[in-house]
Amino acid sequence: MTMINPLILVLVIPVGAAAILALIANYRISSRINVLASFITLLAALSLFIQHPEPDSYFLVDDLNIVFIVLNSFVGFTTSVFSATYIAHELEIGRLTPAYLRFYHAMYQVMMFGMNLALVANNIGLMWVAIEMATLATILMVGIYRTHEALEAAWKYFILGSVGIAFALFGTILVYMAAEPVIGQGLQSMVWTVLIERVAEFDPALLNVAFIFLLLGYGTKVGLAPLHAWLPDAHAEGPTPISAVLSGLLLNVALYAVLRFKMLMAANPAAIAPGPLMVTMGLVSLVFAAFMLYRRRDIKRMFAYSSIEHMGIIVFAFGMGGPLANFAGLLQMTMHSLTKSAIFFAVGHISQVKGTQKISEIHGLTETHPVLGWGLVLGVVAIAGMPPLGIFMSEFLVVSSTFSRAPLLAIPLVLGLMVGFGALLLRLSGFAFGEPVGSRAPVQASYVPMFAHLALVFVAGIYLPPALVAWFQHVASILG
Amino acid sequence: MHGLAFDIAHLLAGGLVLVSLMMLYQDRLPALINVFALHAILLAASVTWQANIQHEPYLYVTAVIALGFKGFVIPIALRRMIVRLGIHREIETVVGIGPTMLAGIALVALAMVVMLRVTAQADPLAREDLAFALSVLLLGLLMMVTRRNAVGQVLGFMSLENGLILAATGAKGMPLVVEISVAFSVLIAFIVIGIFLFRIRERFDTVDIQALDRFRGERP
Repeated sequence: MTMINPLILVLVIPVGAAAILALIANYRISSRINVLASFITLLAALSLFIQHPEPDSYFLVDDLNIVFIVLNSFVGFTTSVFSATYIAHELEIGRLTPAYLRFYHAMYQVMMFGMNLALVANNIGLMWVAIEMATLATILMVGIYRTHEALEAAWKYFILGSVGIAFALFGTILVYMAAEPVIGQGLQSMVWTVLIERVAEFDPALLNVAFIFLLLGYGTKVGLAPLHAWLPDAHAEGPTPISAVLSGLLLNVALYAVLRFKMLMAANPAAIAPGPLMVTMGLVSLVFAAFMLYRRRDIKRMFAYSSIEHMGIIVFAFGMGGPLANFAGLLQMTMHSLTKSAIFFAVGHISQVKGTQKISEIHGLTETHPVLGWGLVLGVVAIAGMPPLGIFMSEFLVVSSTFSRAPLLAIPLVLGLMVGFGALLLRLSGFAFGEPVGSRAPVQASYVPMFAHLALVFVAGIYLPPALVAWFQHVASILG
Repeated sequence: MHGLAFDIAHLLAGGLVLVSLMMLYQDRLPALINVFALHAILLAASVTWQANIQHEPYLYVTAVIALGFKGFVIPIALRRMIVRLGIHREIETVVGIGPTMLAGIALVALAMVVMLRVTAQADPLAREDLAFALSVLLLGLLMMVTRRNAVGQVLGFMSLENGLILAATGAKGMPLVVEISVAFSVLIAFIVIGIFLFRIRERFDTVDIQALDRFRGERP
């Protein structure tokens, strides 16, 4: 074997970087190492396209999770670039101390490791451990400012996250119990690739209960209503780079876990169909979050509700199933990750320069800070689903496939989309235009990550490369 | 399955549910911590017995962790903490004891109905274990929502984890990796909780969650 296995690199680099970052006191050096490590992880993730390792009892790389891994490493990398500028400002105004930054950078890499491990895990127990690790890392980061609000948010996240993770473990144990009589005792009964081959022989009743627990457990992490209560607080009170990775990545990782178990359920003809459950939870989240968007006073909290809305759409699309809806779900997920993290990059710099996150105290951004302001306008227009940007296309696919298959379901879907659309544009006109208020001070911003994401979203709305379309179509057919 | 071996396993797992119910109506923190220690000791006994009848030596490790860590280390640490914080006098519950107990009984009934029905083909011991484990889990959850106090919520969470360990033990031959992870997660949970408690103390001079609620992010 001449080449080093890229799968190992995807996991080892974040761990090594975390260890190094924990030792470095100088934040300038550590923020650069953070960027560098994230970049090498991205390269390793990309090289997975060239070299697929064979699945074993612990790890699996297939056409489905490679999409998630690459997206994860890409957003992880761009966020680390944004984070370098962001934390420099936080240090300047004294919100964070160098000691906390050391902790912050190490935790950033621990979180990336946890998410990558969850994505490559072939063992359902290992996947659970990895998601728990990523969650714990983000809980600690949410509480890092140690203000009243940050502590409350972290506590709420901890309690709800723990309940979710407990349910997920119970579900995992039940899956093992269902597998054990067929596959036999031991490790093999937890290996996903083995489970999917034999799942048709499992006891369907046990599998049904297991899936309910898994959906509730991992669904808490996805931020599905009514289990979403932690999400707005965690987004609003933590450092903005963490809001970006929470929305852009951690929610996807939890969704990935749900999808793996959905595939198991679908392969057992006697078990309940997982689709209707997911459709219901997705629609409830979408409609609920869309209405909640109207009453937001805090800009980061508002975009957190928008994340709940979008996760609702994505879970709805995967719940509908079939080649078209799955394709739309995958595209929506990718576009949402890119757009939402770009929005948080803009919002992070804006709240720093204005010194507030209150929507009522932010007006006329396009006049005071044209680049940031128009970047945010573009991002919000994209996330609201206006043509010709990427999210319009995926939402259009979701709606049209729903109309052709279950027209009644399209009514709440379109209602939710329109309500959310209205709320976002209403708020946008407030903070982007009108009489400028607040500081006009020039801003030290890293524009590259934000505009790189927005450019990708823009291009995807107009032209999807055939290779990407073919890949997504293939993955959509695997998802069933 | 021998009659006596099964009966003892049944007794221990059932006892765990009973102690969970006892935790619900403790209205003083030191008493609650004592009952939690009893919960952990009973769990250790249950896991030890299962290790014995399943001939799975690694389960003894799980039992030792449960006994040492949750039965002694955590209760002692928590007791010191509440004395230092000066909150060892009493705890209030959000809902009254009567309704809480009724809700607890309903949850146990629910767990029995759900688990016994779906596991008809499974091994009888695993079946009982799962039903009891789900009861313990749901009771832990109930305790977390009825307590205002951070320490009470933490204890509720750890009793919930005890239910998970019971379930994992009942699943025959489940790889050790998960059990280590359960112990590990409890450890991490405790560290995190410790950090938060100290930070909360530092900032608010209280661990009453309602005091935190006053600082909700969206108040203008």
